[in-house]
Amino acid sequence: MKGRAIFAIIRKDLKVVLLNKGLVVPLLITVLVFFVVLPGLSALIPGLVNSFNPDAGEIEELIRRMQPGLQQELSGLNMSQKATVFLLVHMMAPMFLMVPLIVATTVAADSFAGEKERKTMEALLYTPTTDRELFVAKLLSAWLAAVATALAGFVMYSVTANTAAWSHMGRIFFPNAMWLVMIIWVVPAVAGLGLSVMVLASARAQGYQDAYQIGGAVVLPVIGLFYAQVSGVMYFNIVAVLLLGLVFWLLDALLIWLGSHSFRRGRLLGA
Amino acid sequence: MDTHVITINQLTRCFKETTAVDQLSLEVHTGEIFGFLGHNGAGKTTTVRLLNGVIEPTSGSMRVLDLNPQMDGPALRARTGVLTETPSMDERLTAWDNLNIYADLYGVPRADVRTRINDLLTEFDLEDRAQEKVGGFSKGMKQRLALARALLHKPELLFLDEATSGLDPIAAHHVNNLIERMARREGCTVFLCTHNLVEAQKLCDRVAILEHGRLVALGTPAELTRQYVCRLDVEIEVPPEQIPTTLSILRSLPKLVLGEPAQPNGALVATINKYESIPEVLACLVQNHVRVYRLAPQEANLEQVYFRLHEEKEGVQ
Repeated sequence: MKGRAIFAIIRKDLKVVLLNKGLVVPLLITVLVFFVVLPGLSALIPGLVNSFNPDAGEIEELIRRMQPGLQQELSGLNMSQKATVFLLVHMMAPMFLMVPLIVATTVAADSFAGEKERKTMEALLYTPTTDRELFVAKLLSAWLAAVATALAGFVMYSVTANTAAWSHMGRIFFPNAMWLVMIIWVVPAVAGLGLSVMVLASARAQGYQDAYQIGGAVVLPVIGLFYAQVSGVMYFNIVAVLLLGLVFWLLDALLIWLGSHSFRRGRLLGA
Repeated sequence: MDTHVITINQLTRCFKETTAVDQLSLEVHTGEIFGFLGHNGAGKTTTVRLLNGVIEPTSGSMRVLDLNPQMDGPALRARTGVLTETPSMDERLTAWDNLNIYADLYGVPRADVRTRINDLLTEFDLEDRAQEKVGGFSKGMKQRLALARALLHKPELLFLDEATSGLDPIAAHHVNNLIERMARREGCTVFLCTHNLVEAQKLCDRVAILEHGRLVALGTPAELTRQYVCRLDVEIEVPPEQIPTTLSILRSLPKLVLGEPAQPNGALVATINKYESIPEVLACLVQNHVRVYRLAPQEANLEQVYFRLHEEKEGVQ
C-alpha cells in the first residue's frame, strides 16, 4: 500500500471537513456541551443535594438501586461526593461514547456519501490508488478525527470535572482506571463502529443527508447503555468496559469486512 | 514495436437491460489526437471508464499502453490522465491544494511537486488564483485547473471527456488550444470524447463515431466526409441580372441539382448530387451564356457525416 497516497486522501478529507462550517460548528457545540458544560455543572451538585432533601434520601434511594459494585465504590463518601462520582464517573461514561460516534459518522458520511454527492469522487477513482488504499484512507480519516476529538475531549472533561468539583471532592478523582480503559479500548472501537456503519449506509445513499439518516441509528446502542447504567441494570466497571470494547471491535471487524466488499470503484460510480 | 496505444476488441459493457458499449473494436495510434464522437449516452464515458480499469467489461478485451486495464488498473492509471466531464474539484480547497493532493496521489517526485504545480498554473493562466478556493472559480477556470490536474504526472495518454462542455466560446477556444499544444508539444496521445463536431474536425487526426454503444464510422475527418457525404453545396457567383436565368437552368437539371437552389446573402447556393457533377453543371451554365464568375464547392464536414449516420441509424429520410 502506498502510504503517501493514503496520507494525501486523509489530509484532503480532513481539510474538506474542517473547512465545512455546517459540519464543524455543530460538532464543536456537541464537544463543548459534553466535555465542558456538563462536567462544569458538577460545581452545583452540593447545592442541588441540599435543596432536594436535607437528608438526601432520594439520592440515597437512587444509589441503593445500583449494582453492589458501584455501591461499594461509593461507600465512605458523603452525599455530595457520592452524587458527583455517580454522575461524572459512571452516568456520563456511556454518554461520553456518543462523541466519537457522532464525529466518526459525520466525517465518514462526508467522506463517502458527501464526496459522491459533490461529484469529486470520480477524479479520485482515476488515480493510481487501489480500491483497498482508497478504502483504508477513507476509514482512517474518519477514525482519526473521531479518536483525536475524543482524546482532546477527555482531557477537557478531566480538567473541568476536577476543577468544578474541587470544592466538595477536595482531590483529583477523575479519571479512574475504568475511564482509562474506556478511552484506550472502547473509544477507538466505537469510532470504528460509527464509520463502518456509515460506509455501509453510504453505499446505498445518494448524498450526505441520506447517508446520515440511514446510519444515524448507530447511536441507539449507546443510548441503550446509558439507560442500562442509570436504571442499575449494568454498571461500568473495568470488566464490563473490556467486554463492551470486545463486542464493539468484533462488530467493527464484521461491518468493515462487509463494507470492504461493497467498496468497488465501479459501484462508487453507480455502475 | 507496437504503435497502438489502445487496442480494443469486441468490448461490451451492459448495465442491467442497457448495453452501453456494444462490441466495440478499434485501435488508437501513438501520438494522435483521436476523436470519440457520439451524442449524450452513446457510451463515450463508459468506454473511458473501461479503458482506465475503473469498471469491468461484460465481455471483450482491451490493451492500453500494453497493459490490461482489468488486471493492471493502478499501474495503468499512473500513466494516463483523465479530464472528467465535470471538473470534479474539491471546491472548499484552493487551486494549489487540489493540485498538491493529486501530485501525491499520482506519485509525482516530491522534489518536483512545487515546480510542476507552478509551471502548470502558469501554463493555464491560473498562477494569480493559486491560493483561492476553487468554489469561487468560473467554469472555464475549473476546467483549466482540472486539465492541469490531469497533466500533473506527465501522462502518456490523456483522456478528455467533453473538455469544453458548457464553456463559452472564448474559454472553449482557450482549452482547445491548450489541448492541441499539450498533445503536439508533449507528444502524448489524446483520446477526446466530444459531441462538438467542429472541435473534433479541427483537432482530431482520426475520429470514431458511436451510436448507442456501437461503432458506426472510423477514419480521418477527410476520409469520413468523402465516404459518407455524397452531395455537396456549391456557391455560384453570376451577374445579378443573370440570376433568374441561372436559377431556371439549375432547376432544369433535377438529376444533378438536388432540391431548390438557395440565395443567401445574394450568392446562389446549389446542392449537387456528387463532386463529379460539377463540370456538367458548369458546362450547362456556360452553354446557356451565363457568365460564371465563381463556382466554389463548399468543404463537407464532420457535422454532415454525423447527421447522415444518425439519420441512417434512426431511419430518418
